[in-house]
Amino acid sequence: MELLVDAASWVFILTGLFFMLTGSIGVLRMPDVFCRMHAAGMTDTMGAGFVLLGLSLHAGLSLVLARLVLIYAFLLVTSPISSHALARAALAGGVEPYRGEDTPDANGSYRAEGGA
Amino acid sequence: MFVAAVAGILVSMALIMIRACLGPTVYDRVLAVNTFGTKTVLLIAALGFMAGRPDFLDLSLVYALINFIGTIAVLKFFEYGDLGAQRQDLSTGGRD
Repeated sequence: MELLVDAASWVFILTGLFFMLTGSIGVLRMPDVFCRMHAAGMTDTMGAGFVLLGLSLHAGLSLVLARLVLIYAFLLVTSPISSHALARAALAGGVEPYRGEDTPDANGSYRAEGGA
Repeated sequence: MFVAAVAGILVSMALIMIRACLGPTVYDRVLAVNTFGTKTVLLIAALGFMAGRPDFLDLSLVYALINFIGTIAVLKFFEYGDLGAQRQDLSTGGRD
């Protein structure tokens, strides 16, 4: 039983690490802020969620579990709020969203490269 | 085995740090720093389990709070140029 819980927690932690690394690579390689926010949001929900789930299996039923749940609940509330604030600030600050190479923008003109 | 978790988190933090240094606009840097903070929360939690002292979770909880407040404050500063600014008209979005 002990072994089973241990194995499950390692599977969860490794899954979380996979999502965190994927999110980091996404932040590194996506073309502009708005695309990068998508990858960063995945780190906050899936990555943190799986890592904390794996840690909570190690913790068992205790005060430590309550703290882990509190951390995840807080991340779930604050991550969308800061993403929203960031998108709004970037748009107000005049960052042009990336539209790809063959999608026309609002004026109907084509552009080879936008945003970054 | 917690060492593996800590190492993985450190690698992804390093990748995020590259974006924070490169990031062409200031918003890229804010995004990278915010994500870096989230990863720091997880790093402190994993370090606490690695050292056998899960009390470190209190620190990571406080770090999550500080990270959120700091991100919002920096964004407000870059959007309005003033931390105590009144809310502007939404239709112009500050672009006029």
